[in-house]
Amino acid sequence: MIRVRDLKKHFRVHERSSGIAAALRSVFHRTYTLVPAVDGIDFDIRAGERVGFLGPNGAGKTTTLKVLAGLLHQTSGEVLVEGREPRRREDDFLKSIMLVLGQKQQLLWDLPPSETFELNRAVYGVSRGTYEETVRELTDLLELGDLVRKPTRALSLGERMKCELAAALIHRPRLLFLDEPTIGLDVSMQAVVRDFVKRYNEQHGATIILTSHYMADVERLCPRVVVIDRGKLVYDGSLEELVARVRPEKRVVFRFACAVSLEDVTALGRVVHHDAGETVLAVHKDGVNGVVTRALAEMPVRDMTVENPPLEEVMSELFARQRAVHEAGTR
Amino acid sequence: MSLHNTLRACPAMLRIGLAGAVAYRAELLVWALATTLPLVMLALWTSVAEHAPIGRYGQPQFTAYFLSTFIVRQLTGSWAFWEMNSDIKTGTLGARLLRPVNPLFAYAAENLAAIPLRLVIALPIAVVLLATVGGKCMTRDPVLWGIFGLSVAGAWLLTLLTNLMVGCAAFFLESSIKLMDVYLVFFFVFSGYLIPIDLFPDALRNIVEKLPFRYQLGLPVEVITGAHERTYALNHLALQWVWIAIALLATRSAWRHGLRRFSAFGG
Repeated sequence: MIRVRDLKKHFRVHERSSGIAAALRSVFHRTYTLVPAVDGIDFDIRAGERVGFLGPNGAGKTTTLKVLAGLLHQTSGEVLVEGREPRRREDDFLKSIMLVLGQKQQLLWDLPPSETFELNRAVYGVSRGTYEETVRELTDLLELGDLVRKPTRALSLGERMKCELAAALIHRPRLLFLDEPTIGLDVSMQAVVRDFVKRYNEQHGATIILTSHYMADVERLCPRVVVIDRGKLVYDGSLEELVARVRPEKRVVFRFACAVSLEDVTALGRVVHHDAGETVLAVHKDGVNGVVTRALAEMPVRDMTVENPPLEEVMSELFARQRAVHEAGTR
Repeated sequence: MSLHNTLRACPAMLRIGLAGAVAYRAELLVWALATTLPLVMLALWTSVAEHAPIGRYGQPQFTAYFLSTFIVRQLTGSWAFWEMNSDIKTGTLGARLLRPVNPLFAYAAENLAAIPLRLVIALPIAVVLLATVGGKCMTRDPVLWGIFGLSVAGAWLLTLLTNLMVGCAAFFLESSIKLMDVYLVFFFVFSGYLIPIDLFPDALRNIVEKLPFRYQLGLPVEVITGAHERTYALNHLALQWVWIAIALLATRSAWRHGLRRFSAFGG
């Protein structure tokens, strides 16, 4: 469905120092630098996949999404979405995709979201019957209720995002690009959006490509992740494998019936957290059985769980390693 | 983007444009008040012409001229460049570009949709105009009324295209607002908004008649107030549509170049 080969997107950026003298100088003489936002990446995405694009700020995630949606033209490389070149922005292509930017909106600010829905119905040529069925379905899934009849400006951020998603799906796109769809939302609203996106993917077989800084979004939605850093592809594969590769350890959480000393638990493994009733240990994945057996035999264990390390930690470690490699390379 | 898609979406775009204009009703009223300058000029010029006519303009002719100017301005005014400037600078243009409809048509539809509301303001003035100056200062020739209709449509289109062209400048400049300010200075002076064009000295008038500004406002006003014969009006109507063709090509080119730049740098 999506084929990307050696994609590069370089921006020419005007640079100047601060201060009035520099401002005046820039009127007559401007200096530019070339910023490689995306610098030669390759990947393929099959129809119906849910893929997370991860990377630190400025890694090139949003730029890649915008190139895939046809909003930005690549500097070089091949990009095909459903066999079409996005940069040509042909009608059939535009009708098959949608890009939702969490920080920008397509809803008409002073009108109720229902007006944007109607506009999209006309613009995308959706029949009245299909439109009403879609709106009914979206209203149920997103619990929109009366929200669609209130002016957009009167809605909260979370309510607006739900309506944004509904407006984006009026024409039932087969390919949905989501750029930070849960940014600024509270925890329960994030969960609503995540569940909805997952259900839309499952019910309609739509392909979902998502960027997010909330690792919970990625964990819940994306079996596959593509990690980009400084415009380059760092990893492309399953989330499980990424975690296993970067942090080949598990978090073993013990809850004790009575207090256990720090010295005792330190003997089992690296202590991440310890208090009177609970201890969290970081243990290599091959050593989990031994640690658990020993703890059960020697300590008053009331309850225990084995978890993956938090994805945030995995990602920070991955990016820290990348930074170290980059700095070593530039030295 | 196919014209078929755009035409199919036109009724919805017009309906929603009207809903938007109603939502912004306070802003619309302020805009209407801001266009009352012809009424100020009416007071000024009628007092100047109290004792003797100026050119062909006595007090009734000035009344007819400036009230007509007010009405034509209500029917042909455009603010599309504000929308474009903001859409380009904030990146909101991206949302418009994702739809399978040319954004330029969407701007045009939004502009056109506000006209019924402006008519609510313009129509009472038209009634006052007819009641006070009667038919004596207005043309009775049905052909000239037809030319008036076409020239109003042309004035709207030319003003819209100018707005879109200046709006496209935001692709290349920090902001296109200053450029519009400069354009408006020429528009106010040379369109007949403040001074009827036929009061200009001959040499200057000959130049002004070849510039686009008068075709955004002055021509329809002159035609309806009986300043011209049929042949002269038709010739100048043709010239107006030549300017429209030029503006159309220039806007298309500015949009394409601008879009290329937007696709290269922003979005």
